[in-house]
Amino acid sequence: MSRTTTPAHRPDALAGGPSGIVVRGVHRRFGDFVALEDVDLEVRPGGLTALLGPSGGGKSTLLRIIAGLDHPDSGSVEIGGRDATFLPPQRRSVGFVFQHYAAFTHLTTARNVAFGLEIRKRPKAEVRDRVAELLELVHLEHLADRLPSQLSGGQRQRMALARALAVQPEVLLLDEPFGALDAQVRKELRDWLRRLHDEVHVTTLFVTHDQEEALEVADEIVVINDGRIEQVGTPGELYDHPANPFVMSFLGPVTRLGGALVRPHDIEVLTDDRAGAVRVEVTRLLRVGYEVRAETRADDGSTPWVQLTRAQVTELGLVEGRTVWLRPLVDTPFPAAGLPADASGPVAGPAAGCPDRVPA
Amino acid sequence: MSLVAQVDRATRPASGRGRRPGELTGGAALGLGVGVLWLSLLVLLPVAAIVSTAFDDGLGGFWDAVTDPEALAAIRFTVGAAAFVTLVNAVVGTLIAWVLVRDRFPGKRVLEVVIDIPFALPTIVAGLVLITLYGPSGPFGINLVGTRAGVVLALLFVTLPFVVRSVQPVLIDADREVEQAAASLGASGFTIFRRVILPTVTPAVVSGAALSFARALGEFGSVILISANLIGKTQVSSSYILKMIESQETVSAAAVATLLLVVAVVVLVVLDVLQRRTARRG
Amino acid sequence: MADVLTPDPSAPAAASRPAARPPVDPRVRRARRRTTRTAWLLRLVAVGYVLALVALPVASVVQHTFADGVAPVLDVLTSEDFLAALRLTAVVAGVAVALNTVFGVGMGYLLVRYRFWGRRFLSAVIDLPVSISPIVVGVALILVYGTYGWFGGALEDAGIRVIFSVPGMVLATVLVSLPLVLREVVPTLEEAGIEQEQAAQSLGANAWQRFWRITLPTIRWALAYGVALSLARSLGEFGAVRVVSGSVAGESQTLTLYVNDSYQEFGADAQRQAFAAAFVLMTVAVVLIVVIAALRPEEDKA
Repeated sequence: MSRTTTPAHRPDALAGGPSGIVVRGVHRRFGDFVALEDVDLEVRPGGLTALLGPSGGGKSTLLRIIAGLDHPDSGSVEIGGRDATFLPPQRRSVGFVFQHYAAFTHLTTARNVAFGLEIRKRPKAEVRDRVAELLELVHLEHLADRLPSQLSGGQRQRMALARALAVQPEVLLLDEPFGALDAQVRKELRDWLRRLHDEVHVTTLFVTHDQEEALEVADEIVVINDGRIEQVGTPGELYDHPANPFVMSFLGPVTRLGGALVRPHDIEVLTDDRAGAVRVEVTRLLRVGYEVRAETRADDGSTPWVQLTRAQVTELGLVEGRTVWLRPLVDTPFPAAGLPADASGPVAGPAAGCPDRVPA
Repeated sequence: MSLVAQVDRATRPASGRGRRPGELTGGAALGLGVGVLWLSLLVLLPVAAIVSTAFDDGLGGFWDAVTDPEALAAIRFTVGAAAFVTLVNAVVGTLIAWVLVRDRFPGKRVLEVVIDIPFALPTIVAGLVLITLYGPSGPFGINLVGTRAGVVLALLFVTLPFVVRSVQPVLIDADREVEQAAASLGASGFTIFRRVILPTVTPAVVSGAALSFARALGEFGSVILISANLIGKTQVSSSYILKMIESQETVSAAAVATLLLVVAVVVLVVLDVLQRRTARRG
Repeated sequence: MADVLTPDPSAPAAASRPAARPPVDPRVRRARRRTTRTAWLLRLVAVGYVLALVALPVASVVQHTFADGVAPVLDVLTSEDFLAALRLTAVVAGVAVALNTVFGVGMGYLLVRYRFWGRRFLSAVIDLPVSISPIVVGVALILVYGTYGWFGGALEDAGIRVIFSVPGMVLATVLVSLPLVLREVVPTLEEAGIEQEQAAQSLGANAWQRFWRITLPTIRWALAYGVALSLARSLGEFGAVRVVSGSVAGESQTLTLYVNDSYQEFGADAQRQAFAAAFVLMTVAVVLIVVIAALRPEEDKA
C-alpha cells in the first residue's frame, strides 16, 4: 500500500509562490511519541486547505510548527517563499485561531480585534476603520463593546478570526476552530468560513477531525494519521479515489462485501444471483432520516450493509428475512483485511437522524 | 478563572451541578442561631465595644486621642511602612509567583515551602529570626534594631506570601494560548507581559496587596523585638494601643483601634467589590 | 517575560535530512529552552529575595540555638516554666482549633447550602478578625470581658474569670484563626454541589448519615488543610494572647509569650531559653507547612 505524500505532479515552482506554505522533512517527537515523521507538505497560495485526521495524529502539531508555536526536531518550514523554520511566531506573518478562542478577556471585542494593529502602532483612525471593517466582515459590529465573556462561543470564535485577519497575515491557521461549538453553530460557522474565504482569499489551513467539515469546506484536504500524511487531494479525489483503506474509511462509511471494502451506497441489490454477487439475508431494515439501511448477513458470516432510498426498498420489495444478492457498483481496490474492525459495521453515517423501523 | 472554564460556562447550561441553595429549615435554623450567637459574643460585641469606648468622651475625645502627637506619629509611621511594604510585595510577589509557575529549576519545591514559612511561623519567632541575622550580633554587621528599616524588614517578612499565593493560581490557570495568540499577532515578550499577562493578574495582585496592607497595618509580634518600640520613630500603632490599654488609657487605645478597624473594613469591602467584578468578567 | 515563545531569529534554515530517529537540531533546542536571560534574572531575584528574607534568618536561628551544643537546649526544654508554657499552649491551641473546626464546618455548610437574610454580612464578619491587628482583638475582648468591661463584672460575680485567664486566651486564639477552616471548606462544598447529598437522601439516608457518609468525605482534605492552618496560627498567636493573658510564668504564659519574655530579659540563660523555645515553635511550624504542602495536591485529587 503506497502512502501518497506530496503529489509529484504539482510543479515545484509553485513552492516559491507569494503566500504558500512549504513544509519539508519535518520530524517532531515528544519523548517516545512520534507526533510527526518526515512530513512534506505544500499548501497552495490562496486556497482553503483542511488538515484532516483522527486526534493524536499530529495535525495540530504540524499547524503549531507552521505558526512557530512549536519547533520541528528537524525539517524546514517556508511561508510565502521565506524560510521561517527559526522565525519567532511574531515574525511569521501568520494568523492563528485557537479551538478555545484564546480571547483577551480583559479587552472588548473591538480592542481584541485592534490588538495586532495597536502593537504595530498604526494611526488611531486607521485602526478604528480597519476594526469596524473587520467587525462587519464577521458580523459582530453590534457587539463591539462587549467583553468576550458576554459573547457566545460562536461569536468569540468569529472575533478571534477577525483579530487574526486584522494584521493581514500571509496565511491563516485555524486549529479545530469549531471544535468547542455545538453542532448547529458549527454548521453555520462552517458555511460562513467558506464564504469568508471566498471574499478574503488568504491562504488558509485548518485542522479538523470531522471529515464532513473537511469535505464541505476545503478546496484541498490533507489526511494525516500517525504522524504521516496519508493522502492529499480535492474532496472529490479523496472520496472517490482513496489512496488506502485508512483514507477510505476515514472519509466516509465503508462496509465489507465479499472480502473487499466498499461504500454502502456503491452496492447494487439484486433479487437474483448474478456474476460477482454475494448471497445475503436481510436481517434488519433501519430507517435513518431520508435513507434506509439494510443490514444483511452473508453465508461467510460477514455482515455487509447497504444504503438505499425508501423508493429502492419498495421497488425491490425488501423485507427482513428475505434473501438477496449484493454486488459492488465500483472497483474495490482494498481487501477488507486492511480495515480496522470497528469500522466494518453500520457506523453512524453522515445522516444520523432518528432511526425508525421500516414497516415490513 | 481559566478560559476553558469560561468556555464551559458559556456552553453548558448555567445550572451545572446542582447548586440550588435551600430555605432554612428547623435544624439549619437552630444551627444558624447558635453560630450567630457565637459570632456575636466573639466578634460583634467586642467590635462594638471598641467603637463605643472610642467615643466614650464624645467626638472630641476621639479626635484628641487620635491626634495625640505620639499616636499620630505611630499611625503615620505604620501607614507609611505598610504602604511601602505593600508596594514592594506587589512587585516582588508577582515576580516570585511568575518564577514559581513558569520557571523550572532544581530546588523550586524548597522555595515553595520556604515561602510559606512566614505564614506558619509565630510572629514573635519571626522577629527573633530577623534579629539574629540583622541584629546587633548578626553575621553581616548590619544592625537594624531600633530602625525603621528593621520594622519594614519584619513587615516584608510576614507579608511575603500574600501576593505570591494570590497571583500563583491565576498564573497557573492563565491560558497559555492567549499569550501565543498575542505572539502570533506580533507582540514581543514584554508587550505580551504588559498587555496580556498583567491585566489578567492585576486583580489578584491587588487583592494580595490589600491583604498584605491590612496585615502590615496591624502587625505586632514580628516588629516588637526589632523596633525596640522607640516613640515617635519605630513605634507602630499596635504597640501604641497595647501601651495605652496597659496604662488604663482605654479611650486612647479604643480610638486608635477603631481607626485600624475602619481601615480593615475598607480593605475587606474593596476586596469584595474587586472579587465580584472579576467574577463577572470571568 | 514571555520569551518562552521566542526562538532564535538569527538562525538560518535547517538543512539536515531526516534519519530514523533524527537528532534534534541545536538551534531548535535553543529555541525550545525556556530559560532566557530575562528568566535567569527573574529567577535570581526571586531566589535571592526569599533567601535573604526568610531562609537565611531561619537557618541562622537554628545555628544560634545550637551554638553551645544540644545540652543547654535540652536543659531549657525540660525546665518547669517551659513545660508549663508548652502545656498551656497545647490546651489553648487544642481547644481553639476544635471550636473553629466545628464552627467552620457548620457555618460553612450553612453559608453554602442555604440562603438567608444577612448571609453576606455574616460572611464578612467572619473574615474581620484576621484582617485586624491582634492587639485590637485583645483590646476588644478586654473591653467586653475584662473586669471593667461590659460583661466582665457580671461574669466575675458569677465566679468566671475570662481575661487574664485561660478562657480569655482561648477566645483570643479562636478569634485570630476564626475563618481559616471555613474558608477552606466553603469552596469544596460549593464545588461538590448538592446532588450527592440529594441522591443519598433519596436512598433513605438521614441528615446525620448524609453528613458522615457524603459531606465529610467530600471535604476531608480541605478540612485537614484548614485544621493544619488554624493549628499553625493558634500555636503561634502572640499579640492577642499577650493582651489578655497577663503572662505570668508557669501560669498564663504560652510558648510565644515565653519566647518574648525570655528575650526581653537580659543574660545568656534567658537568651538561650528564648532561642530554644523559638526553635521548638519553628520546627512545629515547618512540620505543619510540610503537612499542608502534602495536603494541597490531595485536595486537588479529591
